[in-house]
Amino acid sequence: MSTHAENKNAVRTYSIVLGALLTLTAVTVTAAGINFGSAFINVVIALAIASAKASLVALYFMHLRHDRPMSAIIFVTGLAMLAIFLMFCFLDTLSREQVQPGLTAQAPARAVSISARILSAS
Amino acid sequence: MSGSHTVVEHGAQEPFLQHHFHDLGQQAEASKIGMWLFLVTEILLFGGLFVGYGIMRMLHSQAFHEGHLHLDRSLGALNTVVLLVSSFTMAMAVHSARTGNRQRLILFLAATLAFAGVFLGVKYVEYSHKFHDGLLPGRFYRHAGDSVPGVAVFFSFYFVMTGLHGLHVLAGMVAISWLLRRAVRGDFSATYYAPVDLTGLYWHLVDMIWIYLFPLLYLIS
Repeated sequence: MSTHAENKNAVRTYSIVLGALLTLTAVTVTAAGINFGSAFINVVIALAIASAKASLVALYFMHLRHDRPMSAIIFVTGLAMLAIFLMFCFLDTLSREQVQPGLTAQAPARAVSISARILSAS
Repeated sequence: MSGSHTVVEHGAQEPFLQHHFHDLGQQAEASKIGMWLFLVTEILLFGGLFVGYGIMRMLHSQAFHEGHLHLDRSLGALNTVVLLVSSFTMAMAVHSARTGNRQRLILFLAATLAFAGVFLGVKYVEYSHKFHDGLLPGRFYRHAGDSVPGVAVFFSFYFVMTGLHGLHVLAGMVAISWLLRRAVRGDFSATYYAPVDLTGLYWHLVDMIWIYLFPLLYLIS
């Protein structure tokens, strides 16, 4: 019967995906212990591995690969909004040096003093 | 007229078909779109925290590094594995529902619920340890001997992000318990399993958020 074949297929697919997810978890833990040159590159690698895992979950466990396109359209639109949100906030924070030189150098101290003010006020 | 007659017939055949839908297929498709829209709002809810985390980590990179050393990397990895396996069992539960296998549906739902319980149990152990050491968010921070200022900021993010995620796990457990009750009662069939499908989508999203939280909080190098 086709249902039996389909049954075996789904179990096989989900098992392979789980295996890949667990392997990628081991990879990300290992990668965190290696110095790739800068902390930034390490973060990029960690996020790339996390995104690979999230994609596997979305495509197979959440059926986006075989689903009608509407679900993926909604999902990707949401991610695009998140990307805009992230991009402009980082653009702002990272470009302050050009707008007002010396601001970034003081930023950690300033941020700590702001945090301290918030903490002592509450 | 014949229209109302058809509706009555529908209702008699499909107890879970709501009157404003043509058939169960249309009802399932509509509810799935609603679920994905909800998941997108969840992504943006956590998105705000991720943006805040990113900016604060940029400004306090040393404090974030020192803060993360207080976290138990192996417990974090264990919880990642537990949640990934629970996502697998949830996918299997949805598949069992779709193929009309009630026994396996109940089995996989129960397994998912158990893994969710293990996840929160590990989280409880981690939180107790943090409470004991005074590693608390914001003004409740009591840990002494930090080499850099601002470690409290890391723990503010740690507790809000993992706390909100933990609440989502808890909500998922409530939803899965409800599914279990309905599965035992025999509500689901190969034609009607949308609640299992939609709870599955939610559960995978909760898993997906943890996939990002784990490296961002536990693996700062």
